[in-house]
Amino acid sequence: MIEQAPALIVIIPLLAALLLIPATPLGPRFAYGLLVTALAATLAAALATLNLVMVANEAVHYRMGDWLPPHGIELVIDHLSGVVLVLVSGCALLTAIYSRQSAEQDNPDRLNQYYALFALLVTGLLGMTATGDVFNLYVLLEISALSSYGLLARGRGPAYYATFKYLVVGTIGACFYLLGVGYIYIMTGSLNMADLAEILSRPELQESMSVKIGFTLIIIGVWIKMALFPLHAWMPNAYSKAGTTTACLVAPLMTKVSIYIMIRLMFSVFSVDYVFGVIPWHHLVSWLAVAAIVVGSLTALAQQDLRKMLAYIIVAEVGYMVGGAWLANEAGLTGAIYHILSDALMTLCLFMAVGAIIYRTGKSSAAAMEGLFAKMPITAAVFVLGWFSIIGIPPTCGFFSKWYLISGGIEAGHWAYVAALLFSSLINAVIFFRLIEIAYFGNFATHDGHHAAPARNEAPFTMLLPMVVTAALLIMVGLYTSEIITALVGKAIPPGL
Amino acid sequence: MDELFPFIIAKYNYWASLILLFIGLYGMIAKNNLMKKIIGMVIFQTAILLFYVSIGVKRGGTIPILEFGADHQPLLDATAYANPLPHVLMLTAIVVGVGTLGVALTILQKIQRVHGTIEEDEVLEDLRQ
Repeated sequence: MIEQAPALIVIIPLLAALLLIPATPLGPRFAYGLLVTALAATLAAALATLNLVMVANEAVHYRMGDWLPPHGIELVIDHLSGVVLVLVSGCALLTAIYSRQSAEQDNPDRLNQYYALFALLVTGLLGMTATGDVFNLYVLLEISALSSYGLLARGRGPAYYATFKYLVVGTIGACFYLLGVGYIYIMTGSLNMADLAEILSRPELQESMSVKIGFTLIIIGVWIKMALFPLHAWMPNAYSKAGTTTACLVAPLMTKVSIYIMIRLMFSVFSVDYVFGVIPWHHLVSWLAVAAIVVGSLTALAQQDLRKMLAYIIVAEVGYMVGGAWLANEAGLTGAIYHILSDALMTLCLFMAVGAIIYRTGKSSAAAMEGLFAKMPITAAVFVLGWFSIIGIPPTCGFFSKWYLISGGIEAGHWAYVAALLFSSLINAVIFFRLIEIAYFGNFATHDGHHAAPARNEAPFTMLLPMVVTAALLIMVGLYTSEIITALVGKAIPPGL
Repeated sequence: MDELFPFIIAKYNYWASLILLFIGLYGMIAKNNLMKKIIGMVIFQTAILLFYVSIGVKRGGTIPILEFGADHQPLLDATAYANPLPHVLMLTAIVVGVGTLGVALTILQKIQRVHGTIEEDEVLEDLRQ
């Protein structure tokens, strides 16, 4: 059983999605139970797989149907994808637990269909992480994209147009990726990642124009998917108009998995020498990242809507990770990979807290924060912890990932990137204090001038539990940074960097 | 000019899909009508399908179904058959494209119901109010 765990990671949520539709007559409670159980089983399978990888201390290969690669499709789980699998299935499980009230509120008529799309999105994200085949990656990319269009459009009203824009841009991104794979396929005749890496390392392909164009197209496609500045225009509206649960699921995970894929393609299909030696435009990318960080942070500062603010912060965070990965040194890549972990947790934490605030107050503007510490003390504490991590205050994990990114920037001598990171921290702190000011001192005085303490109106238990767990994880991951870096992230750094 | 035409003719399949690619991209970026944007998207996807299908072709190659010679032995000559792999990949990509088109049309229908129009500037005007 345990050696089947890699396949189960993808199969369990897929089966759950298929079961959820015929289970509609059994009612919303059953659908919720089925989804949570399936995702808990997925998390268990992901943990078992990560354990297999750590015990063997090498990549676990799972051949679907026992067809040998390069002809068959294999799942390859190494230290990097193992961590991302646990992260994705864990975040999905927490969001599923969180969805008890809000998903039913947002989808009173079609809860089972909504949950089926939820499970399909998780299937796609996990499959993208686990697969060892570049075309299989494309198919799973589209599975997750199509289900995310469905989920985001459930936000109704203005969400339709935002989702439409996302759909058109997302399709361009996936098509660029597919076209790039076509170029690589013409030159190599293979689609298996390990096989491609072997063929592409041959000297006669190093200077090939077709391979360079293929690489460029693939990377641009992935950048569109992860909303890297200036390809980010679709993202803030799509995420801020979505339903509460959808935003919690899509916002932390879609961009992070895209960044994982960028790192995977850069270093497992192509190589360190190729990306930083042959590709002529590699040093421009960290400048793109600097622009993303500065523009993302400044635009976030200008937002009134809480979720739009968070969406622009994600634009800046994407800049952090892309910059770290393209700095061409070990500290930068360590920071980028570790930041995938911490950023997914902190955006999840904040989107959950904001979701709970919207659920209770019905408002998504910054004014919804008024009197938060009196009304929803636990949510407020979670919110503060999430922001601490975004700003980078120890012992939250956001501090440690930023530390690695900054030391990577210093090592590379890329001072603009270092300055942009510090600038972004500063802006995040400004936004934080602005929100805290509203929360503490906002004008929640009653009309006759008395400061009536607002009645306590905490979020329901099923929302609080995953929120508190996420906030605790932020600190736990922060405290165990050195263990995580040596046991997992360090092993994912490609040799030669 | 003497060199340009052979250059284009030699790889005319790539040029054809490149032109289609840009027509689709133009439709998606420049058109105001959301339905025309979807049509542009489909042209864009189809250009890639054609690109892939054309790379599987071999001169003198036949359809990739195993043939038997006069002595009832299978002809195991790879150059005699077109490469089936790009075709199979594109079967999957066609399914993905149809799925995307379906979702896009559904969302477009919803936009029409909510905003009463599928012209992008009018939708934006409606959203601003």
